[in-house]
Amino acid sequence: MNKDILLCGVGGQGTVLASKLIASAAMLGGERVHSAETIGMAQRGGSVTSHVRIGEAYSPLIPFGSADMIMAFEPAEAVRNLCYLKKDGIVIVNSVPVKPVTESLHDTGYDGTEMISYLRKKCSNVIVVSAEEICEEFGSSKFFNVAILGVAVGSGKTGLSAENVMVEIESKIPERFRELNKKAFIKGMEIGEGYEAK
Amino acid sequence: MRKEYVMGNSAIALGALAAGVNLVSGYPGTPSSEIIETVGKYNNGSVHLEWSVNEKAAMEVAAGAAYAGARAMVTMKQVGLNVASDPLMSLAYVGVKGGMVIVSADDPGPISSQTEQDTRMFAEFARIPVFDPSSPEEAYIMIQDAFEYSEKYHTPVLFRPTTRVCHAYASIECEENPQPKRYEGFVKDSKKWVIFPKLSFMNHEMIEKRNPQIGNDFSKYKFNTVTGSGKKAVFASGISYAYVKEYLKDRQDVMLCRIATPYPFPEKLVLPVLEKAEEVLCVEELSPYVETHLQRIAGVHKLPVKVFGKSTGHGKLSGENSADYAAKIVGEFLGDKPSEDQIELSDMPQLPIRPPVLCAGCPHRASFYAVKKAMAGRKAYFCGDIGCYTLGNAMPLDMTDTCLCMGAGITMAQGLYHTDHDAVSFAFVGDSTFFASGMTGVVNAVYNEADMILCVLDNSTTAMTGHQPHPGTGRNMMGDIIEKVDIIKILEGIGVKKIEVVDPFELDKAVAVVKECAEIKGVKAIIFKSPCIAITKPSGKMNISEKCIGCKKCIKEIGCPAITFRDGKAEIDKSLCTGCGLCSSVCPVNAIGGDCNE
Repeated sequence: MNKDILLCGVGGQGTVLASKLIASAAMLGGERVHSAETIGMAQRGGSVTSHVRIGEAYSPLIPFGSADMIMAFEPAEAVRNLCYLKKDGIVIVNSVPVKPVTESLHDTGYDGTEMISYLRKKCSNVIVVSAEEICEEFGSSKFFNVAILGVAVGSGKTGLSAENVMVEIESKIPERFRELNKKAFIKGMEIGEGYEAK
Repeated sequence: MRKEYVMGNSAIALGALAAGVNLVSGYPGTPSSEIIETVGKYNNGSVHLEWSVNEKAAMEVAAGAAYAGARAMVTMKQVGLNVASDPLMSLAYVGVKGGMVIVSADDPGPISSQTEQDTRMFAEFARIPVFDPSSPEEAYIMIQDAFEYSEKYHTPVLFRPTTRVCHAYASIECEENPQPKRYEGFVKDSKKWVIFPKLSFMNHEMIEKRNPQIGNDFSKYKFNTVTGSGKKAVFASGISYAYVKEYLKDRQDVMLCRIATPYPFPEKLVLPVLEKAEEVLCVEELSPYVETHLQRIAGVHKLPVKVFGKSTGHGKLSGENSADYAAKIVGEFLGDKPSEDQIELSDMPQLPIRPPVLCAGCPHRASFYAVKKAMAGRKAYFCGDIGCYTLGNAMPLDMTDTCLCMGAGITMAQGLYHTDHDAVSFAFVGDSTFFASGMTGVVNAVYNEADMILCVLDNSTTAMTGHQPHPGTGRNMMGDIIEKVDIIKILEGIGVKKIEVVDPFELDKAVAVVKECAEIKGVKAIIFKSPCIAITKPSGKMNISEKCIGCKKCIKEIGCPAITFRDGKAEIDKSLCTGCGLCSSVCPVNAIGGDCNE
């Protein structure tokens, strides 16, 4: 199986944990995996990406036009990284924008809606989810990283087995957050499965 | 053997352990910091491990161990090598007994650095070998080879991964239970270990005769490879090799030459390629290093081959390469039809810019704000330094007028004072940077009678690079609890007469202290003491009540990422807020409350 998955968002949104879970679940399924993360100054509220490459790969970074899936934790970040997507690739995107401080200083009206329309115009496979709606019952949008992973796995486009992801949630997430993460993952799965049925 | 899915930096650490390393020292710096952290994770106490006070100290500690025949590794980022260059240049002449590997991680982009300097050039300057891995898997093996070559030629060797190797993850097969090497111990021999002009003269000649031999040895090294055939050749070094390989895959109609040891250049391996090829392209980051060597060899051997690279406009002059960029330039060089896999994106909407910012609740924001308020209406210079607090330059704080290199803020503030006695000169320095290279600058200020205010932003950690301990934290990398080195006592010892300690979140008090210090002659120090939010639990969450009049003062004054503006009112993002309460002291109508620090 060769799958290139790009995760993108804003520093602090938890993209790194989601990419670690994908990588370890894929390895549990016997795949070779390479990945690369943004580390350093950009983690302080900057744009961040994680590249996960399952199967044969030389470069740790996904080449443009090669990603099977983009998991975007923020609408503008999805657009920023759209160059990585294959023509028939799928985008899973959070509709809730993260406004940079510069935006709060000089209000340009950025609210993410223009980004979502652009994604829909450019790609035929877009799943839009709202972190606020999904995470409402969990009391914090911090669980969105595992929820969006659920959507991705549920969509059937990652080639990952849900059981393997669960095993990794079990082993990688501290006990006090584990149950809520499992619930968030299952909730995401249901949304993703619903998409596939369409 | 056990399989581990690890970051490139961890692969380097595990490789060094597999090589039986006895001592590891270093100073944190992105992208190198995780090497020492990984050694710490696996160390059972048999390896001496330390975060040294700076890179120069780290280099000298490692050199001492290598003189004793132990295997030593020292880690730093590329600009750290500048700090350590004094011992390095001399060490290159003296040589070592035990294997000594200097890891200097380069940062093309630059992503988290001040410069785009190239450690391969540094190796040539210092006349010592350098290894350049192209993947974490390779780094694991290559670092072990580096120790072997170091001992074979009695020379320290450089090992330079770049960010994309350091921070890439891969599975590696690693040694189950590595044992540290047995070593003889230091054997006194002043003719060997004491550098004098005569020794330098003799060893310089020895080194210049030895290095071409190492080049020949490297021509047979397993990671220097030539594959494929044809009239065209692509040369690549480091991560760029991975990018080129990603494009070419197993294509055989072009020669692909990987340079894993840029210095001494593996000339014997390369010469036949240059004789066969009509055109060659160099794909590399930072300096046109391989390119220059190919031009030199082609010139010496009067070969008609054309060498393309940065100097001919076939490579970026700055910034990092990528799989796409490599595909583009290699594709053009080979005359391939461009791929049409990409979505057409010329009509992309304007995207929000996301400069990195101080975290919500960061005590540095409060410290900067206190100084800003205290100096409102007065002429003042704000010299910054290296660390999270460099982000104090961002709007709306706008509190960093200069930033040059580690420790420079303290001394530059003195230069500004000596040219303008009317302004108040401030230097902001973090606790770790203070220990690394700030202390001598304070001595300089006292000795040379500068008027300045030193602001030590003491958050009890090395935050930017990932919360490494330092002399002021009370613990070290051997897991020992030690007596904290006290910044106040250091300043007292240097002769700073006015030293104040304040909690920056007690805003009024902090402002008053700054104002008071600004009226006093000589060197004054204010220690803004409050821990980094990443190492403490948040104290609560702030709320904005109905009273908010939408004046945006909180946003415009302090620029906290947890405050946004929606429907004419300010709003707190609860997932980011730590309850520091700084915003509540800014609000003109007292609309902000909550379980804050106070």
